[in-house]
Amino acid sequence: MMERLTGAERQIALMICVVMAIVGLVMAAAGRGDPMGSHGAIVLIAAGIVTCFVLRAIGEPEPAEDRTTSYYDDPTKAGLVIALFWAVVGMGMGVWVAAQLAWPDLRFDAAWSSFGRIRPVHTSGVIFGFGGNALIATSYHVMQRTSRARLAGHVSPWFVLLGFNLFCIVAASGYLMGVTQSKEYAEPEWYADIWLVIVWVVYFVLYIRTLARRNEPHIYVANWYYLAFILVVAILHIVNNLAVPASLTGAKSYSAFAGVQDAMTQWWYGHNAVAFFLTAGFLGMLYYFLPKRAERPIYSYRLSILSFWGIVFFYIWAGSHHLHYTALPQWVQTLGMTFSVMLLVPSWASAGNALMTLNGAWHKVRDDATLRFMMVAAVFYGLSTFEGSFMAVRAVNSLSHYTDWTVGHVHAGAMGWVALITFGSIYSVVPLLWKRETMYSWKLVEWHFWLALAGTVIYVFAMWNSGIVQGLMWRTYTDSGTLAYSFTDTLVAMHPYYVARACGGALFLTGAILAAYNVYMTIRHAPEKRPERDYPTSSEATEPAVPAAE
Amino acid sequence: MDLTHDLTSVIAKSFGLFYLIALSVGITVYAYWPSLGKRFDKAANSILDDEDGPCR
Repeated sequence: MMERLTGAERQIALMICVVMAIVGLVMAAAGRGDPMGSHGAIVLIAAGIVTCFVLRAIGEPEPAEDRTTSYYDDPTKAGLVIALFWAVVGMGMGVWVAAQLAWPDLRFDAAWSSFGRIRPVHTSGVIFGFGGNALIATSYHVMQRTSRARLAGHVSPWFVLLGFNLFCIVAASGYLMGVTQSKEYAEPEWYADIWLVIVWVVYFVLYIRTLARRNEPHIYVANWYYLAFILVVAILHIVNNLAVPASLTGAKSYSAFAGVQDAMTQWWYGHNAVAFFLTAGFLGMLYYFLPKRAERPIYSYRLSILSFWGIVFFYIWAGSHHLHYTALPQWVQTLGMTFSVMLLVPSWASAGNALMTLNGAWHKVRDDATLRFMMVAAVFYGLSTFEGSFMAVRAVNSLSHYTDWTVGHVHAGAMGWVALITFGSIYSVVPLLWKRETMYSWKLVEWHFWLALAGTVIYVFAMWNSGIVQGLMWRTYTDSGTLAYSFTDTLVAMHPYYVARACGGALFLTGAILAAYNVYMTIRHAPEKRPERDYPTSSEATEPAVPAAE
Repeated sequence: MDLTHDLTSVIAKSFGLFYLIALSVGITVYAYWPSLGKRFDKAANSILDDEDGPCR
C-alpha cells in the first residue's frame, strides 16, 4: 500500500518511524524493571514493523496515478480490517470476562487474567479498538465523499490510524501488566495519554484541511458529528488525564485533581466519552450511511441540525448524574439529572429522523440485512437514550446505581446501537471500497444480523433482571431494621442471569466472527464489479448501438 | 477575586441559563430560516451520488 506514496512522502514516513524507534528505545532503556520498559519494547517493535513496510516501497518507482481523479481509500480499507480484528479480540475478551463472573474458575489462577485486568481490555478493545478504528476509517470515507475532495495528505492518515492503534496496543498490554490510573475508560498512563494527544491533533488538522478543500458550499451534517467527536474527545482526554508522573522512568502517575473534583472530572469525561465517542461519531455514520443505503435523503435536514446542537450543548452537562448521592454538591447532581432528561429531545429527534427516512422504504429494510442493521441500531439508540435519561433521575438511580442494570444499559447502547450501526456501515462500504459487486455472502450477513440481535436482547434482558433483583435485595430490610440479604445471597440470585449474559455475548461474538470472515472472503474472492461509466468506452464492440431501454 | 464554589454556582445559575437559552433560540432560527431551505435540501441530496471521484 505504501507504493502509492510519492518518494518524498515515503521519506517522511521513514523519518517518523525512526523517531518512533528512538522513542521506544529510550523508553525501554529508561524504564527497565518497570512496565514502561516493556512498553518501550512494544513501541520499538511497532516502529520496526512499519519501517519494514515503508522500506519495501522505498526503492519502487514513483506512483503513476493521477491523484485528482480518485479518493484516497487505502487507509480506510486498512482501518476497517483492523476494526474487525479488534471486534473479535474485544468481544472475545468480553465473553471471557462474562464467563468468569458466572464460573470464577475460568480465571485459571494467573495474575494477568484476573477480572480487574481483562475487563478494561474488553472495554478498551471494543470502544477504542473496534469503535475507534471504525470511526477513523469511516470518517476518512465520509469526509472525502461529502467534500468531493481527496484527503489532504497521504502520510497523516496513516500516522493517525497506526498511531491510534499503537495507543490501543500500549493500553491493552498495560492493563494485563497491571498498569492503570484507575479512571474508567481512561485507564492508560501518562505517556500513552501524551501520545494520543499528538495523534488526535494530527487527526483534527487532517479533517479540517480536507474540509477546507471541499467543493460543496455547505458542510454535510455527518461531518459536524465527526468533528464534534474529534474536537470534544481531545478536550476531554486532555483535561481528565492531567496528572503528574511519579517518575519520568515509570508508569505510575498521580491525578492533578483530588477528592470529589477528581470524581467529577472523571465522570464529566466518562459520560462525554459516551456522548462524543460512542454517540456523536456514530451519528455521523448514521447520517451518511443510512440515507445512502436506503437511497433516500434524510427525512429532515433541519431537524438533524437541531439535534446536533442539542446533543453538543446538553451532553456536556450530564456527567454528574454518575455521582448521585455522593459528596458532590446537590445542585450539581440536579443539574446533571436535568440535562440528562432534556437530552431525550435531541436523541429521539435523531432516532426519529432515521426511522422516518426509512418510511416508504420498508421493503428495502425487509430485504436488505445491511439496512436492517442500521434500522435496528436507530431503534436501540432511541431505547437506550430513553433508558439513560430515566436512569439519571435521582430516585431511579437510587435503585439502579452500582447494579447490573447499568451494565445492561451500557450494552443496549454499545451492542444494539454502536456495534449494529458500525456493522451496517461496514457491510455497505466494503463492496464499494474493494470494487466488488456485493458482499461475499448475503446469507452470512443475514445470520450475523439475527445472531447480533438475539445476543443483544438476551444480554440486555438478563442484565435488567439481574440489576433490578440485585437493587431490590440491597434495599430490603427486616422488621428489626437490618438488611434482609447478605451480599452472597445476591450473588446466588444473580448467577442464572450471569450465565444467560455470557450466552448472549457469545452469540454476539459469533456474529462478529462471521462478519470478519465475510469481509475477508469479500476482499479475496467476491467477483469484481465492472464500473458503469456514462461516457463512451474505447472499445466499440462492447458499446450497444442504441441504449437498451429505448 | 477567588474562584469559589459560591461564585461558580452563581455564574452557572444565571449566565449559564441565559446563554443556553440564547443558543437554543439562535440555532432554531438558523435551522428553520426559510431561505436556507434550498441549501439544506441540496446538502441532503448531495450524498446520494458521490462516487464519481473528487473535484480536487
